Amino acid sequence: MSSVDSAIAPAIGAPLTFRRRGALAYQVRNELALVFRRRRNVAMLIVLAAVPLLIGTAVKLSSPHGDGGGPAFISQLTDNGLFLAFAALTVALPVFLPLAIAVVCGDAIAGEANTGTLRYLLTVPVSRTRVLLVKSIGALSYLAAAIVIVAVVGIVAGLTLFGSHGVTLLSGDTVSFANGLERALGVAVFVFVDLLGLAALAIFLSTLTEVPIGAMAGTVAFVIAFAVLDSVPQLGSIRGILLTHHWLGFGDLLRSQYSLASLAHQLVVPLAYTAIFFSAAWARITTSDITS
Amino acid sequence: MTALVATADDDASVGPEHDSALAIRTSGLTRRFGSHVAVNDVNLVVPRGAVFGFLGPNGSGKTTTIRLLLGLMAPHAGSVEILGGQMPARASDVLTRVGTLVEGPAFHPYLTGIENLRRLDDFDASTDPRTSKQRVAAALDRVGLTAAAKKNYRRYSLGMKQRLGIAAALLRPRDLLILDEPTNGLDPQGTREVRNLVRELAADGATVLVSSHLLAEIEQVATHVGIMSAGHLLRQGSLAEVLQVAQAQIRIETTELDDAIRVLDSLGLLVAERAPGYLLAAMNDIPAERINADLVTAGVPVRGLRVERPALEDFFVQLTGEGFDVVR
Repeated sequence: MSSVDSAIAPAIGAPLTFRRRGALAYQVRNELALVFRRRRNVAMLIVLAAVPLLIGTAVKLSSPHGDGGGPAFISQLTDNGLFLAFAALTVALPVFLPLAIAVVCGDAIAGEANTGTLRYLLTVPVSRTRVLLVKSIGALSYLAAAIVIVAVVGIVAGLTLFGSHGVTLLSGDTVSFANGLERALGVAVFVFVDLLGLAALAIFLSTLTEVPIGAMAGTVAFVIAFAVLDSVPQLGSIRGILLTHHWLGFGDLLRSQYSLASLAHQLVVPLAYTAIFFSAAWARITTSDITS
Repeated sequence: MTALVATADDDASVGPEHDSALAIRTSGLTRRFGSHVAVNDVNLVVPRGAVFGFLGPNGSGKTTTIRLLLGLMAPHAGSVEILGGQMPARASDVLTRVGTLVEGPAFHPYLTGIENLRRLDDFDASTDPRTSKQRVAAALDRVGLTAAAKKNYRRYSLGMKQRLGIAAALLRPRDLLILDEPTNGLDPQGTREVRNLVRELAADGATVLVSSHLLAEIEQVATHVGIMSAGHLLRQGSLAEVLQVAQAQIRIETTELDDAIRVLDSLGLLVAERAPGYLLAAMNDIPAERINADLVTAGVPVRGLRVERPALEDFFVQLTGEGFDVVR
């Protein structure tokens, strides 16, 4: 066998016993390049970045005529630039961010299956668990980047358009700018965990099909169904288990007194969805036939 | 991956002697899709160093067999051993030594040829990242794609895509290459190059399993063949062995056809074809000399006598049936 090893194919043969140290790092780096260089994904980030810019511009143009009306965050904008980030996240959370998740997470496994590249990854060989892990890291990194872009563009644009006069919270108290930034970070983390549940759901759907559009549409359908059910008051406390029910719970972070326990309590549901659907995705990908 | 381990009993007879002698060995491999048995009790044996032509009409179960070999699908019964290791339990060790082209090439359309190969190499935990760039370049060069290396995959022609698929299989030294229809979409020069490549790889000591429906192609490079039809492995062995079994026919040229048929009847031979001036009959292992002697003894004027062995293609059609219908 040894004579065979060195002789075949490219002359610069690596020994067969070579075990790449930090193999996961190479895999993740490659996956991140794939996700963040894809034009469609870049375009969605640009659209997300436009959300705070549009809100900021609209409020700036209309502000002389009064600041009444609109959601609580938006009426706060003229006093305080930092609130543009919160307003943008509030606007992006129900539709734009779920759409981005549906596209990128829904494409994660189904996209590879659709192009047939999944079978070549598996025969490299990469274990099925590892494929799920690397694809999930790529998709979740995109989600994190999307949230960071909305928040950062929001903060920068807000400060530019409205300046920083100390941060006045929803409760009426004023806190330092640094404290405001901490709260912005808290909101970003809260939104990320909120959406983690949806991302897990989308990745699970992605393991079910070879048609990425199917997983994407399925994810959007779930978001709509959750929102519809959540608007039916007769369902009562059952609504608490709906993924979308707690999404805007980060408003608490913008009051002077907030309880970490209550914030954590709000994250139980999305974290439960995350655990359930990642387990389901793993169970599915490790047992399914790769027929694409 | 453990969920994919075949349920069949492990074959106790597997010893080190098999380990060194066989590149692929399946026993009782079976896979159903609903009520349709796509692969039915297949016992494939591919010796080390062979160029194994894996033949069969469309839908005969070749690709499903290959997917079962590589652990992409789980069998309903039977087991697979590649290079001495049970699949899919030892996939992570075994598959690094196996280069594959399964059901056509598949790459990311918006990445270039180089980027696509780099992606596969980045995901391979058992190659040295420091040599990645050179190995990718060498593989591209080997299949003649260097000029198109920086083009997006989506701009590749079918033949270029096929070449890139073969390049991916050659990213590192391999003991076994499983190439499913490697000449698909290639022009005659490309087909020739692939044929030469297969010969080179075999000369270097690799085992190559090539599935194809281009029989003339296979006949030129294969040392061994296996013929699939409707999920069954009908024949396998060295090319010579398999063709030996192929029913030889005797062609008798004579004007007295009826007399000749009477003689053949007495020998228990069936006439396959009767035409003005000649007969064609199966030989059933009766030597041509004996048939000739009997004909002469019976006073049949023999103008010519010839033993005809079918080419691989004719034999293939004999075994699998003629026609375009997909056998199910």
